[in-house]
Amino acid sequence: MTVIELRELKKSYGNVKALDGLNLEVPSGVLYGLLGPNGAGKTTALRVISTLIAPDSGIVRVAGLDALKQARAVRSRLGYVAQEVAIDKILTGRELLRLQAALYHLPTSDLAKRIEWVIESLDMKLWIDRRCGTYSGGMRRRLDLASGLLHQPQLLVLDEPTVGLDIESRSAIWKLLRDLIGQGTTVLLSSHYLEEVEALADRMAILDEGRVIAEGTPSQLKKELGGDRITLRIREFSNEAESEEVRQLIQKVEGVRQVVVNKSQGFSLNLVVDGDEVISLLRAQLSAAQLPVFAITQSKPSLDDVYLQATGRTLMDAELAVAGKRDIKLESKKSMR
Amino acid sequence: MKNSTFASENHIENQFLSELIQETMALTYRLFLQLIRRPSTLIAGILQPLIWLILFGALFSKAPVGLLPGGIGYGNFLGAGVIVFTAFSGALNAGLPVMFDREFGFLNRLLVAPLRSRSSIVFASVIYITSISLLQSFAIMAMAYFLGYGWPGLAGLLLVVATLLLLVFAVTALSLGLAFVLPGHIELIAVIFVANLPLLFASTALAPISFMPGWMGWLAAINPLTFAIEPIRAAYGGSFNLGNVLLHAPYGDVTGYQCLIILMGLTIGLFLLISPLLNRKLA
Ligand SMILES: Nc1ncnc2c1ncn2[C@@H]1O[C@H](COP(=O)(O)OP(=O)(O)OP(=O)(O)O)[C@@H](O)[C@H]1O
Ligand SMILES: [Mg+2]
Repeated sequence: MTVIELRELKKSYGNVKALDGLNLEVPSGVLYGLLGPNGAGKTTALRVISTLIAPDSGIVRVAGLDALKQARAVRSRLGYVAQEVAIDKILTGRELLRLQAALYHLPTSDLAKRIEWVIESLDMKLWIDRRCGTYSGGMRRRLDLASGLLHQPQLLVLDEPTVGLDIESRSAIWKLLRDLIGQGTTVLLSSHYLEEVEALADRMAILDEGRVIAEGTPSQLKKELGGDRITLRIREFSNEAESEEVRQLIQKVEGVRQVVVNKSQGFSLNLVVDGDEVISLLRAQLSAAQLPVFAITQSKPSLDDVYLQATGRTLMDAELAVAGKRDIKLESKKSMR
Repeated sequence: MKNSTFASENHIENQFLSELIQETMALTYRLFLQLIRRPSTLIAGILQPLIWLILFGALFSKAPVGLLPGGIGYGNFLGAGVIVFTAFSGALNAGLPVMFDREFGFLNRLLVAPLRSRSSIVFASVIYITSISLLQSFAIMAMAYFLGYGWPGLAGLLLVVATLLLLVFAVTALSLGLAFVLPGHIELIAVIFVANLPLLFASTALAPISFMPGWMGWLAAINPLTFAIEPIRAAYGGSFNLGNVLLHAPYGDVTGYQCLIILMGLTIGLFLLISPLLNRKLA
C-alpha cells in the first residue's frame, strides 16, 4: 500500500520554484529518506504533506485521503516535527505534551500512560517537569519529536530530526525510529546526513530544484548512479605531469566513466568505472605502455559518491551552507526574545 | 433503524462539541499559565488605569460644578471612559500572542493538529482577554467607588458587563484578524500604537461631544468606543433607561438600545470577516 502519493506538485514563492513537478510515492511501513541540498524543496514538500501549505497545483494523497480536501482526517493520522523546534518556553515539557494530547483529542483514560511512554522512550524523565526555556537544543528536539509521536500516528513526518544532536541522542532516536517501523509506522524524514539515510532508510529520494532526481533503495542508487571506484597509483609518490599522462591513457579504456587526478593524495588517480572487468583491462593497458603499478584497489561507491554524482555538489558544500544558515536564524531568534 | 441513525448523529454531534471544548480549554489553559508565570503584564494592566483614574480625576477636580451635562463631577464622568479604554486597549493586544506563536512556529503545531475547528484558537483568546478585561474593570470600579465617584448598582453592573463583553469580542476579533494578515509583530505593534490614543481622544471618554469642535464631534459620534462608553456612563448615573437618548450625535439622537445594537453588529461583522482568514493556509 502507498501511504504518500505526490503527483506533479508545483509551488512557487514569487519567482522561486520551491516545488517544480515533484512526484513521490512512499510505501507503507518503511522509513523513507529525502536528501537534497539547501533549498531543494524538502521542507516545502513535507509541509504540503502535513497540510500546512497548499500546492499551486498537483495531487497530494496521504493515507488514502485527498490531503487538500480531507485535511482534518489526514492531520489525525499524521505526526509532523518541523525543522525548527517550536516549543513554548513558559510551559514545562509535560504541560506541552498535555496540550498536544488535548489538541489530538486523546481520551483521558490512557493519556497519562501515553505521556509516560514517550517520556520513557526518549529518556526525558530527568527534565520533563522543568520549563522548556531552560532546555538545551537537544532536549528541545527530543521533546518536539515526543509531541509528534504522542498520538501514535500512522505516518511520521520529520524534517531533519537529528540536526545538532550529540551521537548518543542521535542513536537513541535512530533506535526509536527503527522500533516504530517495526510496529508498522511509516516514517518520512529529510536529512543532510548521508550516514543517517544509509543506516535507516529502506528507500530514499534525492531532491534538487523542486524535483526528484534519483529514487530507489540506497543500494539500488549506489548501483545505478555510483559505478565502482578504482584508486590507482603508478608509484608511491608520483608527479603531476606523469599522472596527467596516465590519465589521458586510461581514459580511453572501455568501461571507464571518469578519471580525476587527486592532488591531495600524492597524485593518485581516482576512477569511476562500470563493471568488474575494467580492472584487468586497465592492467593490460598499463603494462602495454610499460608503466608500473604500485597499488590498485576497487571499491563500491558510498552514498556520498551517489549524492555528489546526482547533484553535482559535494556534501561538504551542503553542510557548510547549512551551518551558515542555522547561525543566522538562531541569532535572529535570540534577538527577538 | 431510524432511531439508531438518529442516535449516532447525536453521538457525533456530542463528540464534536466535547472535542471543541477539549481543545479550547487546553489552549485557554496555556494562556493563563503564561499569565500566571509572567504576571508583570497583568499587574501593569491593573495599575495603569488606576493611575489614570487618580491623575485625570485630580486634574479636573476643581472644574466649575455644572460644567458637565447632568451636573455630575468629572471623576464620575471619567470612570466609564477609563473602564472602556482599558478594555479596548487590552483587547487590541489580543493578537500579539498569536503573532508570536506564528513567528516562533508554535502556531504550526496547532495548525497540523486535527482541531475540530480553528475557531478554538479564537475562542481561547476571547475567553482569556475577556477575563482579564473584567478583572481590570472591577479594579477600576472599586477604585472609583473609594474615590467617591459612585457605584453602578446591580442592574448597572449587568449593563457594564454586557457592554464590555460586546466591545471586547469585537476588538479581539479585529486584533486576531490583524495577527493573521500582517507580516509580523512589528507591523501589528505599529497598528496598535497608531490606533490606540486617537481612538481614545476622538471618543466621549474624556469629554462630552458638546465640548468638541464640529469635525471632532463627528469622529466621536462614529467611534465604537463612544457606543460602549455611553451605556456604562448611564449605568453610573443611577437609575437608567436604555430607551432614553444617551448620545446627541451630529447625525441625530442615539438611544441606549441603539448603542448596544451597533456594538453587536460590529462584533458579528468582525467575526464573519476573520473566519475565512483562519482557514486560509498560513505560510
Ligand atoms: N515562505 C517562503 N517564502 C519565500 N520563499 C520560500 C518560502 N519557503 C521556502 N521558500 C523557498 O523555496 C525553496 C525551497 O525551500 P525549502 O525550505 O523547501 O528547502 P529545503 O530543501 O528544506 O532546504 P534546507 O535543506 O535548507 O532546509 C527555497 O529557495 C526557499 O527560499
Ligand atoms: Mg528544510
